[in-house]
Amino acid sequence: MSITTFKPDTSAQLADTVTWALSAGEPLELLGQGSKRGLGRPVQAGYALDLSALSGVVAYEPDELVLTVQAGTPLSTILPMLAERHQHLAFEPQDLGPLFGQAPGGGTMGGLLASALAGPRRIQAGSARDHFLGFEAVSGRGEVFRAGGKVVKNVTGYDVPKLMAGSMGTLSALTEVTVKVLPAPEDTRTLILAGRDAADALRALTRALQSPHEVSGAAHLPGPVAGRSAVTAVAGAHAGVTAVRLEGFGPSVAARVAALREELGADAVLDRDESLALWREVRDVTFFSPSPAMAGEGRGGGNGLAERLIWKLSVPPATGARVAEEIVMALGGEAEFYFDWGGGLIWLATVATADARTLRAAMGFAGGHATLVRAPDHIRATVDVFHPQPRPLADLAARVKESFDPRRLFNPGRIYAGV
Amino acid sequence: MKMPAPDTGVISRRREIIERLRAIVPGEGVIVDESELRAYESDGVTAYRQPPLVVVLPSTTQQVSEVLKTCKEMGVKVVPRGAGTSLSGGALPLADGVLLGLGKFNRILEIDYDNRCVVAQPGVTNLGISTAVAHEGFYYAPDPSSQIACTIGGNVAENSGGVHCLKYGLTTNNVLGVEMVLMDGTVVRFGGKHLDAGGYDLMGIITGSEGLLGVVTEVTVRILKKPATARAVLLGFPTNEQAGDCVAAIIAAGIIPGGMEMMDRPAIHAAEDFVHADYPLDVEALLIVELDGPPAEVDHLIERVDAIAKGKGAVYARISNSEEERLVFWAGRKAAFPAVGRISPDYLCMDGTIPRKALPLVLQRMTEMSAKYGLRVANVFHAGDGNLHPLILFDANKPGELEAAEAFGADILKLCVEVGGVLTGEHGVGVEKRDLMVHQFTDTDLKQQQRLKCAFDPDGLLNPGKVFPELHRCAELGRLHVSAGKLPFPDIPRF
Repeated sequence: MSITTFKPDTSAQLADTVTWALSAGEPLELLGQGSKRGLGRPVQAGYALDLSALSGVVAYEPDELVLTVQAGTPLSTILPMLAERHQHLAFEPQDLGPLFGQAPGGGTMGGLLASALAGPRRIQAGSARDHFLGFEAVSGRGEVFRAGGKVVKNVTGYDVPKLMAGSMGTLSALTEVTVKVLPAPEDTRTLILAGRDAADALRALTRALQSPHEVSGAAHLPGPVAGRSAVTAVAGAHAGVTAVRLEGFGPSVAARVAALREELGADAVLDRDESLALWREVRDVTFFSPSPAMAGEGRGGGNGLAERLIWKLSVPPATGARVAEEIVMALGGEAEFYFDWGGGLIWLATVATADARTLRAAMGFAGGHATLVRAPDHIRATVDVFHPQPRPLADLAARVKESFDPRRLFNPGRIYAGV
Repeated sequence: MKMPAPDTGVISRRREIIERLRAIVPGEGVIVDESELRAYESDGVTAYRQPPLVVVLPSTTQQVSEVLKTCKEMGVKVVPRGAGTSLSGGALPLADGVLLGLGKFNRILEIDYDNRCVVAQPGVTNLGISTAVAHEGFYYAPDPSSQIACTIGGNVAENSGGVHCLKYGLTTNNVLGVEMVLMDGTVVRFGGKHLDAGGYDLMGIITGSEGLLGVVTEVTVRILKKPATARAVLLGFPTNEQAGDCVAAIIAAGIIPGGMEMMDRPAIHAAEDFVHADYPLDVEALLIVELDGPPAEVDHLIERVDAIAKGKGAVYARISNSEEERLVFWAGRKAAFPAVGRISPDYLCMDGTIPRKALPLVLQRMTEMSAKYGLRVANVFHAGDGNLHPLILFDANKPGELEAAEAFGADILKLCVEVGGVLTGEHGVGVEKRDLMVHQFTDTDLKQQQRLKCAFDPDGLLNPGKVFPELHRCAELGRLHVSAGKLPFPDIPRF
């Protein structure tokens, strides 16, 4: 819906653009590569601000565990560069391209941080916020400012990078970001338990997470979902699959696999390649993606998935099984789900008519929040995509927005209507 | 250190303020006696002292809310305080301000092993949380040196760290939920037992906000299972540079130790004289590298670290072979501050962070500064994350030495910023580093941060005089100068 797109080459040009938008009273839709445009509420703006020209690695110092890049730098540049030095972004960024019907591998660093999409390792390594050290940005006042720092340990001033993480481009336009990078695990294995129901499976995941074995992934796929995995050992179980990931140095992984296999009574162990493939599917919600590769196997494969609404629920992990049960019941059985984060993250696929309020009411007993991750524009424009907040919190959030962007120029309505 | 000039109007209304507070917190919860107020006149930075106007010790969230609301109505400033262990003067009282102590909030409300979290009131000590879950083999990871005394509420306010934070994170990485009261009395909750608070990450902002945004009344923290084992290796080097290289090589090898501490020659000697940890005395730098995790991993990594160290010129290497020996390795490092306290009547502890590669340069420049100011300096260093703790030795009874030590400390912190680092890695800005903020941030940067404060506390009544060198009114900060409207940038590509 954008009419004109501005594509500044420098933060000074970006500041000029914002200054103009301020004087003209014209809101701006902030974009990197547009790979996550389907996330959040649709933005009503006559102008787009394409930040992808602010691209390039500023400094990568593996020994310091620090990476500084211009915010528009493609992840397809960054991730291989880190891999070459055996490092990674430990929060395991999700690649939701295919879920949104796009090619995989898209997106920019700025977009990733602004949407804070963390994968299965979130339970052990934290989210994007936990690795976001500092930034330069242009505020909605048209001012270039910095916050945070370029070292891994810093408490100087407010921790504004945390606030930027997940703000969906509604507070400021990021121009340069510094993140913490960490050694990538040398080896990976996955313990598999087959045939558990959700409640049993989550109890097993809880035990695994209460152990000292440093579990870095804890998921449960009900039978039909597991059936869609490209990993033969998972799809071939023809039952629910509960998966526990162990990563680290070779001898350590071997010892922990042996110990935890015994403790949990696991049925099988996935090797490194199978593990990488499975956790990529868990991470990227591949089971609910309308990919042709997924067609055929299992219920709801192929085209049926493209029309489903995809929800992401964050709940206290031990309540996950009951939350899923209550929601499926409230929605009249027309929902499919799987668990990550030891039960604390529920990915849910519902029919297009599923009511947001009914769904949220059903999880109310547990606490937490539900985000409508994928839905057609007209649905995202009319329902609360992000979980509604109690009044005092919503008022505070609106004041925080105003402190960065007093005229609501940036991505108006992307998170909440009126913010 | 200059604090905002006390408001004589407020001081003259002291009796009325006391009455209003007593109506909210009855009995001994309001302290007005001059000698009792003295107990609150400073925190961990004893160089700065100021008795508060009055102390109030509420015991419920409702009371905190009413106290803040009343103070806002009366235009009275409030300084929140936990255990008062701040190393940056974050809880320094104001002559015209109410000191709000959270000491009565001392209960653990819930231990939830299935969700691996503890819900605690803010006055519970850091160690108290670990102790409460120790029998099940769990612990709370951030471990500031003051953990026996410091409170979890204070940890949230300061985003406290500890020797294990390279691997396990600071407070902010271990907090799941917070209940907080805003200056107008509104009670808000962020997060809970689930991950990611939802909406803007306001919990991320209030963690480390140094008591300027609200008063924390409940905290939910993540607990972890204790690592199965831990072993440490003690490494001595003929130069600081080699020790620094060794740290870089360990990290480059993909190893993130549970702890990685460095001490320079003066610190080694002071510690050894004090606790007799059997440290080598003929080296310039000592590293303690601790590996924790499953025994198979720890044994594997100890060997790798040992090999790396030898390759980087270590002239001394000792691996702990028992838990007792590991604790002895740490005893010297943990006693470094009191050890330095023995060889000097007073010391200032600095807290800058630098990119590790700048370490040789920074230590060299520090030696030059030491000569210039005529004051000794000993260095302990969280080597893994580049967090320096230079201890500047001085004697407050000698005229001019405190001022010289402060100037020396300021020069060190400015140097940290100059080499790409920051003013404070874990102690906070407080009053101590407030006036140095202009060396790290521009006026625009600082004003943007203050606008954020305005969203929480528009009258600027919570802990004023801390963090920001210059106070601005929110109305002034919010003013927007909109220049009239053509497209003035023909060179910006558009399509």
